[in-house]
This record gives sequence, structure tokens and C-alpha cells, in this order.
Amino acid sequence: MLWDALPDALLLARIQFAFTVTFHFLFPAFTIGLASYLAVLEGLWLWTGRAAYLDLFRYWLKVFAVNFAMGVVSGIVLSYQFGTNWSVFADRTGPVLGPLMGYEVLTAFFLEAGFLGVMLFGLGRVGKGLHFAATSLVAIGTLISGFWILSANSWMQTPAGYTIGPDGRFLPADWWEIVFNPSFPFRYLHTITGAYLTTAMIVGAVGAFHILRDRANERARIMFSMAMWMAATVAPAQAVFGDMQGLWALHYQPQKVAAMEGHWETQRGAPLILFGMPDMEREETRMRVEIPYLGSLILRHSLDGEIRGLKDFPPDQRPTNVPLVFWSFRIMVGIGCLMIALGTVSLWLRIRGRLYDTPWFQRWAVAMAPSGLIAVTFGWITTEAGRQPFTVYGLMRTAESVSPIAAPAVAASLAAFVIVYFCVFGAGMWYLFRLLGKPPLPHEEGPRDDQPIRTAGITPAPSAQRPSRQPEEVS
Amino acid sequence: MATIWAFLIATAVFLYVCMDGFDLGVGILFPWIRGQEDRDVSVNTIAPVWDGNETWLVMGGAGLFAVFPLAYATIMPALYMPIILMLLALIFRGVSFEMRFRAATEGQRLGWDRAFSWGSYAATLCQGVALGAFVQGIEVEKRAYAGGWWDWLTPFSCLTAVALVVGYGLLGACWLVWKTEGELQDQARGLARRLGVLTLLLIALVSAIMPFLLPEFRERWFAFPAILAALPVPVLVVYLGWRMFKALGETDGHPWRDGLPFLCALGLFFLAYTGLGISMWPMIVPPELTIWDAAAPRDSQLFLLVGAAVLIPIILAYTGYVYWLFRGKVKPGAGYH
Repeated sequence: MLWDALPDALLLARIQFAFTVTFHFLFPAFTIGLASYLAVLEGLWLWTGRAAYLDLFRYWLKVFAVNFAMGVVSGIVLSYQFGTNWSVFADRTGPVLGPLMGYEVLTAFFLEAGFLGVMLFGLGRVGKGLHFAATSLVAIGTLISGFWILSANSWMQTPAGYTIGPDGRFLPADWWEIVFNPSFPFRYLHTITGAYLTTAMIVGAVGAFHILRDRANERARIMFSMAMWMAATVAPAQAVFGDMQGLWALHYQPQKVAAMEGHWETQRGAPLILFGMPDMEREETRMRVEIPYLGSLILRHSLDGEIRGLKDFPPDQRPTNVPLVFWSFRIMVGIGCLMIALGTVSLWLRIRGRLYDTPWFQRWAVAMAPSGLIAVTFGWITTEAGRQPFTVYGLMRTAESVSPIAAPAVAASLAAFVIVYFCVFGAGMWYLFRLLGKPPLPHEEGPRDDQPIRTAGITPAPSAQRPSRQPEEVS
Repeated sequence: MATIWAFLIATAVFLYVCMDGFDLGVGILFPWIRGQEDRDVSVNTIAPVWDGNETWLVMGGAGLFAVFPLAYATIMPALYMPIILMLLALIFRGVSFEMRFRAATEGQRLGWDRAFSWGSYAATLCQGVALGAFVQGIEVEKRAYAGGWWDWLTPFSCLTAVALVVGYGLLGACWLVWKTEGELQDQARGLARRLGVLTLLLIALVSAIMPFLLPEFRERWFAFPAILAALPVPVLVVYLGWRMFKALGETDGHPWRDGLPFLCALGLFFLAYTGLGISMWPMIVPPELTIWDAAAPRDSQLFLLVGAAVLIPIILAYTGYVYWLFRGKVKPGAGYH
């Protein structure tokens, strides 16, 4: 039978989850930062009255609308996938994780979805103050959403505040400990900062792209400058958050850190392996390029600190794919270093007054457009692949979490997801590129401000002759 | 407390059915709405609210996961295919809202219109099949789904699928009667009349079959004292049906008149849903699990209930505010963002 050639249902379900969640997270990673950016732009417009901010707000709002829709529909899939593909996991962890997701829906999803309509369509209907409130609420909603889902994810990494019932279910004992489980605070900071950097890289790239075409475009300069400030200040901070998260992981998930570092033997004064080929059969990392003592210095903050290696743990407690964890981590860190470099160079150019007139720097910024998305994706792969072979770390194995669904059903749905995601989201990307390919212009069309509604179409033509546009005229 | 939660989740699902019902309904009517401008107006009536509407579906899923994890863990694998297909269909139609306004050519726009419409059909059919299969019963052994992966496909589930398409179509048509005017409104009125007749017939048919699916349902409806409590439901269905047709016939332009058919259609849905509730109570996964079997521990229920008690009224308030903000007729030519 053809079906016999399929991988087992467990592997297929894992691939399906990895595929749908990775695809999904690309959108929130951008949306979280963009929502806050839009709130800042609208706030600046209200504060300074400068029309360029409103134009930029409208320019990015269109992008936000497309991106948000894709994030919502790909996210609904995930809220059902725990049940369809991981029903045993859902039954056993539901009492602990379910309420966290319930709170995510109640405190975040409704808020975002409810006020998104006002944000997109309501500028002419509610007045500027209230519209700004709607934009801010959507931005806050994205942050709250991240709070709950990262709390749930972190609980799977560092479970706390639970007891295990006679039937094997996880039962809540202390909600405070569950929500603020050990790895949550820094994971949250690290992820949100990552999302902000992701947005900054995209905004900066679009700004740079339009500066290369027209150096005088004031709006392109504003967004480029804002993005470079972000890179210069937040990228170094992100390195600190990442280091702190690493320290927590070393305490709670030493196997994961050993895999990230490529260490097999426990040693004092461990080197930092820059590159190498972790070989799971020979249980060593071949072709190492390493810096002596630096590994201990980073992880233990002392030259002869002890680092436990993978061989210290029984094979069935080690991450199942060490090279994946090892390499994903390096990609994330490498991109982080590039971002810090970009931010530093931008400061230097800014001091010399050449921030907008250095084409090689603009080209570099354009090339960095997808860097945040890539870094975030590989960061997640590091932490999730590093959690294997468990779903709830140390307590529940992935193999015992899966639904009793036959492999052909999982394979068929996986194929359908792959096809649909590439078609639909491919088209979405195409439209995003089209939107971003157009320069940000004065009098961007934006949220509907033509109330009562005119029949002439959507471009606010009458204001085109005016030299400048005060906020009062807009609504 | 399981009772309160069963009621809350039933309410969330009902709100979903009402709200996404009419916006899926607009998609279902799309093949009959010919003109480009009329299509734009139709989509613009739902564009500001569809996202919030769909959130109730997420609420239903997350609520079930949180409060009745066992129900979530058995229903989802049992309805694996319809649910996956529904999610895929919702992806198509969800992105179409944005994409059809971004389309570069007429051809692309037509493509997204099709995605919107077919997505709406597919999502509704899947929901209908899921409903039928769910009511017919799910095989559960040792806290896990024990049936096959085609169990959901039965003549009855196909019937409920068709019934739901017709019903959502009716909601969509009545919504358009309320929110639009002129030719489009006339067209919607005609569609609402035809779909109204079909909806009533299908409600009668499904109701007639229901008692014969499981002995539990039969006892519920034909035992003597219970029948007295259940009797008002079919009577009210007839009354609301009559009132809806009467309102659809009156075209004196009073704004409240235009809204009445929609309210009647919602009423019909409410009654059908109540009838279902009467049959099912207190089963959550018929026929094996009651809400008490499937319930999460008390602590989990209480933790979320505290939040729900505070947040659901707030959510309803701002959802109502957003609807109020976008009240009134949607006119042609009104720009998108």
C-alpha cells in the first residue's frame, strides 16, 4: 500500500505543528511591532500636528491590515490543532494551559478584533482622540496576547505550580506560579523585543529602499531614522535579554543548553564553539572552531565554571535533533550581531550627518529586511527543538501526547495546509510587496475619513492642491 | 460550576453562529449578487466586524480546551477532517476581505471574490457536517476518540450541512436587507423569502429526524412532563417564521422595519439552538460524556470564570459599541481604508 510508505502519524503531526506554527508566527512577529509603531506614529501626529506622521501611519496601516488578517486566520488553526492532532496532550494539560489560552482570547483577541474595525475604518467616525485610543488598544492587545501565549509556552518549558492527578492529568495548584513560571519573564521580554526588532528591520529596509530611489522623500527618511534608532538601542538590549534567558535555561534545561553549545563532555573552563558539526552517533562535535574558556565565561560568568555536556544525560532525555538546535541557535545569534552592527554604524553615520546619503548603508539596510523574521524563526526552533523529546519538559513525552489519528489523515491535512498556506500567504506576500514598493507620499489614502460618504472614490483629491495639511482638516 | 460553564460556552458558540452566520451568509449569497458595486457594498457591511465575529469561534475552542478538556480532546479528533477543512476555508475567506481590495486586475479581483464565496460555502458545509456528526454521537473509549476517520460522513450530517448553508444564507440576506438599500436590498429581500421557506422546511426535517438518532433524545421530547416544556419551541418557530415573511413584505422604508427580518432570523436560530440544547442536556459528547465527566478540575474552572465574569460584559459592551459605530446603511462608493 502507498500508505505504508508514509512516516508515522507522530512524525507527521509534529511536522504539521511545526509548519503551521512557524508560518503563523511570522505574522505576529511583524504585527506586534507594527501595531506599536502605528500607535507611536499616530501619537506623534496628534502631538506635533505634522502631516508626514499621518501619511506614514496610513502607509503602514494598509500593510498592517493585510498582515493582521493573515495572522488571525493562521492563528485560528493553532487554537484547534491542540485538539485535532494532540488530543492526549490537550486532555492532560487542559486544566493548566486551557485557562491561559482562555484568558488570551478574553483579554487580547476580542480587544484586537473589536478595535481593529475602528482603527481601519473609523477615523472619520470617532474623532482623533478615540481613534488613537483604538489604535493603542490594538497595540496593547497584541502585547497581552503575547503575554498569555508565552506564559503557556514557557510553562511547557519550565512547568511549575501544578500537581499530577491519579489519572495523569496536570492539575493547577498555584496560578501565580503557573503564569509566572521560571522561564516566562525573560522569554516574554526576549520575544517582544524580537518582534520590535523584526518590525524595525522591515520598516528600515522599506525606508532605505525609497531613500535610494528618492533621497528627498521626507517620509522615507523619517521611517528610516526611527528604525535605525530602534536598531541602535534595542538590538544591544536584546543581546542582554538573550543572555539572561540562556542563564535560566542552563538552570532548568541543561540538556538544551548543552545542545545549543555543542558540548558533549562535562568540563570546567569550557570553550565557546563557534562552528562545528554535532555528530549524534559519535557523540561529539566534529570540526570545531572554538574560543577557549569563553563558553564558561558566558554561561557561568567565570573562566573555570563547569558546563555539563550531553553525555551527562541519558540518551532518551537529550534533545532529539542536536544539529538542528546547534545551528538554529547560531543563525539567531549571527543575525543578532548583524543587527547590532547595523545599529552601531547608523549611530556613527548619524553623528557625521550622513545617515541618508550613504548608499552602501541603505543597501545593507534593505538586505536586512527579512533578518528579524529569520532570527525569530530560528530562535523558536532552538527553544522548541531543544525541548524535545518532551511536550511538558521532563514530565510528558511528545510521543505520548499525540491524537489517535491515522497517518493518512494527518498526511492529507498536512498536504492541504502546505498547499493552502503557500498559495494564500504567497499571494498575501505579493500584495505586501506591491504596497511597500510604492513610496510613502503626502496625503496617503488611509482609514476612511470621508464621512458623509462621497461617491467619487477613495482618493481624497481636493486636498492635493493645498501646500500643507493640518490635522484639523483631515477628519 | 460546570453548568455555568456549559451555559457560557453554549452562549459563545451561539454568538459565533449568529455573528459569523450572517457574514458567512453574505459570502454564500455572493454568486447571486452580480454587480461589482453591489458586491463591494455587501463586503463593506461586514468588513469592520467580521474579525470580531470570528473571535467567538476561537473563544469556543479555547473555552472547551480550558473548561472541558476531555470534550475538546475527543470532539476534535472525531471531527478531524471537517474541522481542518473549515479552518482552511476560513483562511481563504478571511484573507479575501483584504485581498479583493488590493487586487491589481479585474481577474485577480474576481479570483478573490470566488475565494471569498467558496470559502464561505466550504466553511459552512464543514460546520454543518460537524454539527450533524456531533449530534449523532461520538465513540469514546478510555478518554479518547475510538471511531474511524470517516465516521462524520453520514446522510444526517449531509442534511445538517445543507441546512446550515441555507440558514446562514438567510441570515446573510436579512442582514443585507437591514444594511443596504435600493436594488441590492430588493434583491436581498427576494433571496431572504426563498431562503426563509427553505430554512423552515429544513428545520422541520432535521427536528423530525433528531428524536430517532439516540434514545436519549426520544425520551427528552416524548416523555410526558418534558413535552410541555419543549412544546413552546416549535410554536414560536412558526410564529417567528410568519413574522419574518410579513416584515419582508413591508417596504415602507422605516429603518426598524428593515432590521426586523434579521431579528426574526436570529430568533429562528436561537430556537433551533435551544431545541438542540434541550435534546443534548447534559451531554457534552453524546452519548457517552456529560458535562461533569468532561469538566476540568474546579480550580481551573474558577480561575477562568473570575476573568470571564468581568471580561465578557466588557467585551459585549465594546463589541456593541463597534456595531453601533458602524450603524446605518452602507452606501455604494464608500471607500475602503
